[in-house]
Amino acid sequence: MENLGTWVSILNQGLPYTLIATIGGIALTIVLSFAAGLALLAPWRWVRAISRIYVEGLRGTSEVVQLFWIFFALPVLVGFEFIPLWGGIAVLGLNHGAYGAEIVRGAVQSVPRAQYEGALALSLSPAQRMRRVILPQAVAEMIPPFNNLFIQLLKSTSLLSFVFIPEITRQATEVLVPNFNPWVLQIFLLLLLYYLVMSLVITAVMRVLERATAARLGRRVTRGAARALAGTH
Amino acid sequence: MIVFDGVEKRFGDNVVLSDLSFTVAPGEHVTLIGPSGSGKTTILRLLMCLESVTGGTIQVAGKGLSHMEKSGKLVPADEKHSREVRKRIGMVFQQFNLFPNMTVRGNLIEAPTRVLGLSKDEANSRAKELLDLVGLGEKIDEHPSRLSGGQQQRVAIARALAMQPDVLLLDEVTSALDPELVAGVLKLLQDIGESTDITILCVTHEMGFARDFSHRVMMFDGGHVIEDAPPAQLFTEPEHPRTQEFLKAVLAH
Repeated sequence: MENLGTWVSILNQGLPYTLIATIGGIALTIVLSFAAGLALLAPWRWVRAISRIYVEGLRGTSEVVQLFWIFFALPVLVGFEFIPLWGGIAVLGLNHGAYGAEIVRGAVQSVPRAQYEGALALSLSPAQRMRRVILPQAVAEMIPPFNNLFIQLLKSTSLLSFVFIPEITRQATEVLVPNFNPWVLQIFLLLLLYYLVMSLVITAVMRVLERATAARLGRRVTRGAARALAGTH
Repeated sequence: MIVFDGVEKRFGDNVVLSDLSFTVAPGEHVTLIGPSGSGKTTILRLLMCLESVTGGTIQVAGKGLSHMEKSGKLVPADEKHSREVRKRIGMVFQQFNLFPNMTVRGNLIEAPTRVLGLSKDEANSRAKELLDLVGLGEKIDEHPSRLSGGQQQRVAIARALAMQPDVLLLDEVTSALDPELVAGVLKLLQDIGESTDITILCVTHEMGFARDFSHRVMMFDGGHVIEDAPPAQLFTEPEHPRTQEFLKAVLAH
């Protein structure tokens, strides 16, 4: 265990890559989820079709193969090479955005039709109806599934080790394991703890958001949160 | 003010309204009664553009609701045109349909500021005035979910009035309320009816209210108006046997 300090410092060298890939990936996921999710509900058939192709295409193919495409096939095809970390963020965002699009679509559709009719009766334009009435209510429904998705995305950053990005999984497999071979078990346990802590941070942030949006809708704290509160008293 | 001319509405094979024609004069209060599924609510929904006609035309204040004139021809109305006509119409729903993501104030100033272009101050003072009118002045910064059903419906009425509509549509506005709250809301509507010159179309099962409130009552059955008379006449000496039967059943309890 005298090596723990060394392990931590070596894993920490990879941490910025993992964090940037996660945060960048989440940012791109949110943008693509809303763009594609709303496009799935568009009144124009061709817009829906394009969005559907994106969603099915990215959701239905392997993330690792997508990474290989961007890193190895695309340069051959168009002679353009991504800065590795950006390429990683692009794949993470594109892939999880496809899942997120369905979350956004489902949440928007879950807002009662009466709300849409209420807004229409006040002559709000289609954009105003969506932005001022429907989306603020839909967002509350999106937060728990997005929490899941963001944790998935965090864990997917370990795939970036396949394309030589020195994030924490690559640090563990390429630096720690060869040099501290007898302690493989402990090394991978430490690596698991890194991911666990980061995923707990994501959940904590999403919980705060969930509470805030629920309060804004005049709902009491959700059942799960109420139980958590009861436990602390 | 409102002209229905040969209106037909069908959902697939199901004809809800057929060849329906009637007019409503400015300032008139008309109540639509009749059994469920007779098409009363559909008429309000057509006027609010929540549904569109499958035949015939509807005019509000001389302008086509679902149609507009383009180089002398009638063509289906575009979103902009129908919004312009719709602006003059307000609607209060059975389930209130308040926006839960806004406070009472937000519900009342949203459309006046964004649709009518009122300043925040103007919209706010209008909101206060209307909330005082409906007796909820102190609830302006409350959340709709903290209000009782009756209070929510009063806010919804104030919200519709904030748009200063020429036409107000009331769709079974007391049906979802606890019985003890019904009288208060009906009294409020009665006051509004007497103190303004808004044209009001009302679907209700409250026959007492229909009698006191309306200038005219239209009895619907099977998508047709089978009787159209002042309430004094329709409620005391209904001509059509179907009306007699309906009133007898409704007034029995």
